[in-house]
Amino acid sequence: MKVKILARNPDDYVRETKFDIQRVPRNYDPTLHPFEVSREYTRALNATKLERVFAKPFLASLDGHRDGVNCMAKHTKSLSTLLSGSCDGEVKVWDLTKRECVRTLQAHEGFVRGMVVRYCGTSFFTAGDDKTIKQWKMEAPGYGEEEEPLNTILGKTVFTGLDHHQKDGVFATCGQQVDIWDEQRSSPIRSFTWGVDSFSSVRFNPVETELLASCASDRSIVLYDMREAAPLKKVIMTMRSNTLCWNPMEAYYFTCSNEDYNLYTYDMRILDRPVTVHMDHVSAVLDVDYSPTGKEFVSASFDKTIRIFPKAGGHSREVYHTKRMQHVICIKWSADNKYILSGSDEMNIRLWKANAAEKLGVLAPREREAANYSQKLKEKFQHHPQIRRIAHHRHLPKSIYHQTKELRTMKEARRRKERNVRKHSKPGTVPVVSEREKHVVTVVK
Amino acid sequence: MAKVSKRNSVCKKKLKKGSEVTEKSAAVKPHVVYDDCEEEEVLNEADENITSEEEEDDNDERKRQKLLEAISALGGKRKKKLGERSEAAVQMSEFTVNAAGEGDKIDLSDLIGTMDSNPSVPAKTKKQLKNLQQTKKTIECPLSKQESERILRDVAFQKAATEVSRWKGIIRQNQRAEQLVFPLNQEPSGPKPIERVVTSWRAQTPLEQEIFALLSANKQPISDPILTPAEEASLRAMSLEDAKIRRAELQKARALQSYYEAKARRERKIKSKKYHKVHNKAKRKEFLKQFDEMVKTDPAAALEELNKMELARMQERMSLKHQNSGKWAKSKAIMAKYDEAARKAMQQQLEVNKDLTQKLVTSVNNEEEEEEEEASHAELMPDFVNDAEQGLDSSNPWMRGKLSEDPTEKEMSGIVDPAAAGAGVVRNIAEEEEDEEEVEDTEEEALLREFDSRRKLRHAQETDTVPVICVDNEEETVEENKAAAEDLNASDKEEEELSEFTSLFRGIAEAENVEAAADASHTNTSAQLEEGLMRIRTLEDVELLSEESATDKVPVQPQPPPATENLPSATQKPGKNKKRKRGIELQEALTREAKVIQVPLAPTVEDTENSDEKLDQRGLIKEAFAGDDVISDFLKDKRKAEDAGKPKAVDLTLPGWGEWGGTGLKPSRNKRRRFRTKTIPPPPRKDHHLPSVIISEKKNSSISLHQVNSLPFPFENHAQFESTIRSPMGRTWNTERTVKKITKPKVVTQLGAIIEPMAQEELMKDKKLVSAGNKSSVDSWKRKH
Repeated sequence: MKVKILARNPDDYVRETKFDIQRVPRNYDPTLHPFEVSREYTRALNATKLERVFAKPFLASLDGHRDGVNCMAKHTKSLSTLLSGSCDGEVKVWDLTKRECVRTLQAHEGFVRGMVVRYCGTSFFTAGDDKTIKQWKMEAPGYGEEEEPLNTILGKTVFTGLDHHQKDGVFATCGQQVDIWDEQRSSPIRSFTWGVDSFSSVRFNPVETELLASCASDRSIVLYDMREAAPLKKVIMTMRSNTLCWNPMEAYYFTCSNEDYNLYTYDMRILDRPVTVHMDHVSAVLDVDYSPTGKEFVSASFDKTIRIFPKAGGHSREVYHTKRMQHVICIKWSADNKYILSGSDEMNIRLWKANAAEKLGVLAPREREAANYSQKLKEKFQHHPQIRRIAHHRHLPKSIYHQTKELRTMKEARRRKERNVRKHSKPGTVPVVSEREKHVVTVVK
Repeated sequence: MAKVSKRNSVCKKKLKKGSEVTEKSAAVKPHVVYDDCEEEEVLNEADENITSEEEEDDNDERKRQKLLEAISALGGKRKKKLGERSEAAVQMSEFTVNAAGEGDKIDLSDLIGTMDSNPSVPAKTKKQLKNLQQTKKTIECPLSKQESERILRDVAFQKAATEVSRWKGIIRQNQRAEQLVFPLNQEPSGPKPIERVVTSWRAQTPLEQEIFALLSANKQPISDPILTPAEEASLRAMSLEDAKIRRAELQKARALQSYYEAKARRERKIKSKKYHKVHNKAKRKEFLKQFDEMVKTDPAAALEELNKMELARMQERMSLKHQNSGKWAKSKAIMAKYDEAARKAMQQQLEVNKDLTQKLVTSVNNEEEEEEEEASHAELMPDFVNDAEQGLDSSNPWMRGKLSEDPTEKEMSGIVDPAAAGAGVVRNIAEEEEDEEEVEDTEEEALLREFDSRRKLRHAQETDTVPVICVDNEEETVEENKAAAEDLNASDKEEEELSEFTSLFRGIAEAENVEAAADASHTNTSAQLEEGLMRIRTLEDVELLSEESATDKVPVQPQPPPATENLPSATQKPGKNKKRKRGIELQEALTREAKVIQVPLAPTVEDTENSDEKLDQRGLIKEAFAGDDVISDFLKDKRKAEDAGKPKAVDLTLPGWGEWGGTGLKPSRNKRRRFRTKTIPPPPRKDHHLPSVIISEKKNSSISLHQVNSLPFPFENHAQFESTIRSPMGRTWNTERTVKKITKPKVVTQLGAIIEPMAQEELMKDKKLVSAGNKSSVDSWKRKH
């Protein structure tokens, strides 16, 4: 006789270890779980509120410099090491985990204008106002040894910027012209000039490693190829660009920080109009750095704030400021995509979280899942007015708040005037110029 | 750029043309206006013109100068005249000497004019020069520096742009990717050799050197490959062929297993008992054979088998299997009286039990064990089959406990049975047919039970008066036996005797058993059971004690059956009556209802039949809604809505404040008037002047705060947006896997890992993939054609 019985597979209800959560068979019949949208909406709202509650981005302040921090450099091989150069020619090496200075050296007389770590991480270069480029060992000198550069190059003019090639022993400086140097030689292997202007910044493309770009004081951005004898192209904008940064994941995009309070992302193949104009700062933007994932970038401004922009977004997703932070001169995004470092006028380096509400450290799997879920909920309901309001609310210092308002009214007034002019003139004589085209004067070939 | 280059080429062409034209024009006309491109050329030409006319001009100038001086001398005043400055270069030489033909253009013919006369010039050259003179082509003038640089830059930019554009695919792909994991090229996790972790590290201290020497001596891995040579060899040993062979073997084994399983299943499904019997027997025989052999060859395995058997025996002893206590066995036991086969089957089962419970090891046969066995055997026998034996064995004190339970059951059934018997009688009365045998049987049983109970009670009385008195012969013997056992329990000899006795009695019992089976003497069994009960002082005794007081009732006891007999009939009768009554009622109700319904139905049917043609649709509707006054209802509704919208006056008077308060006292009217708050009348309703409309003004503005009022950017229509909102993401609505898939973050970074910029290798990877794809597609294409 065959006996039929009801049988359950223990795999369905027995947990593997006692640390697992109990396996509960679920009935997914939608009639048993009504009001899904409203319930999820409530969850999203709560998640958004909690995100704002937990948004505490400021982590630490590194003080020790005796003058404003003028430049910083990330270590290429170590996450916990940061180098900073100040306006009095002093270079400090910081241990970020301990949040203390591990080494100090007087590198230059006058400003340290540029600093970069060699791709191997064993040495770094500094360029200063004293017309010298110096190469230093990353390791501190032993006891009794004197702090001496490995190599010193005396230039004819002041150097204002410095960057190193991604893979070769080649670096570039800028000053009156853009120079390409071989590490082994004391004279540049190539010099680019185009007009007689001074340059403020030069950056190698990290992906297409032979390409460079520089910002010149004649309001132009110039592109170069290291292998060519002449520069490639130049775009002249309405105002001067201070620095630029290439996207580390997308070879042909770069973003420049401009004096006109905006940042511009360009496709290097099409220079006659930027891809995106990033607006939000209320004063000149002094520095910009991409996140290593290439999805976002951070900008430092003269208005004493740091802003984080999505690479394709016109407005910032985050603004950081503290009471004591003055004009932010240099900014870096750490190589693990977790932190932001800012050097400012009042001699401090500040460490910020890249995601203000993120929990630091290792997350338990359930924690991670919960975070992912709430993140998705926030994304899903981001257009709902209440959630939007809460998610976008930021406290701003009074001055910046009022300046923003003022700028908005100014812009509105300008737009209105333009509209009126257009209305009262012969049709077609006053064309509509888009925001992106407005800021480019010409492209010079 | 392309445009520019085109334009340049166009310019060049124009230049060429221009030069040609100028030559012509020089011959024909002095002044021709050309394009912008030819400006220089034009200027040059102008210069030429100037130089050619210079000689005449010079003379004229001098004359004019003289004339002017003369004229100025004529006037009284002598004005000092400032001489005009002019360029010296062209008009006059440094030394104020003009060579003849100075401004002339030098022609090729001027230079080679002497060639003809000079004999040293070879003829070939002369010929070439002549040819040259005849051709009208001129060499293009080189581009300006700016222009050439611009072209260079343009070309370089084009190159760079194309180079950079190679990344387009990867960038697109990454932008569209659902999830990106950084760092992009992660190294596989696992142990890494020291060399890779610590660069430029060498064993320095003597200890380290020693360790490394040891490691190298034992062929342990110290450098890059982590595997030992032996491991590598083993890895290498498993070649593709080997793997294939192994796989084939495994496959075969699996197939065989499946065949075997199928066979076993098939065999198990065979219903034939005989087949199984034979099969099992064969199996057992074979096993025994094997076991014998095993004892010789592999004692350990044999021991194991033995243990197994022992275990089986234990289990058998514990379980009720094969003990004729199951449903089947009971049914067979009933049949056993009449059916030879059933008896046989039962015996067989008992045999099986015996077999299984037999100790295999031929250890010293204890009498005790034997006895035990026998006792158990006796115990296992069903009551009906071996009554006598049971009676005998009931001498065993261990047995009694069990037996004592059975009678209670019997008793219970005895008590219950009369009712059943009564029911049977009732049935007989009611139907007056059916199997008479059965009825008789039941009657007999009932009678027997009556007797039993009577006897039991009598016995109880007897036991009370005289503790041990035997009734039957058999009982006497048993009693003797028991007494002996009780007296000489300790001595083995006695036990032996006992066992002898029991065996003897067993034989007798068996003989009797057959008789009993043939006779089916119920009385005997019941009597036996009763006796068993008598002997043991258990709870039943106590009950009997209590019953003793009610000995008077003994003759009355058989009466309950009639009582029960009456009862069901009594109960049945009223039930039947009730049923009948109810049936009547129902009928009545039905008829009544039918009457009630019929009255209104008839006219309507008639109506519809008559007025089908007369009444149109409208009339029908009118009739259908004759009772409803829609308009007045609507007006009522509207008034209600208006009233609800009106603010109500709130009375805020507090009794007892400023005056006396208490039960029955009301605050004064004055006070009430003072504290009644009058609310401002609301603005007139929107439907104030619209008599046939109710406009609800209860719009819930609190919800609109939470609603999206315009379509957000990436969505193209409302349905799209709504569908994204409608689909839930939580684990309340989705399975775990779905939730994980949905909530996957877009960017995943590893904690503490440096994310390097994208390397050229990514491009190569992509290219490889693409090329592989192309190749495969090409291959497939080739195969197709």
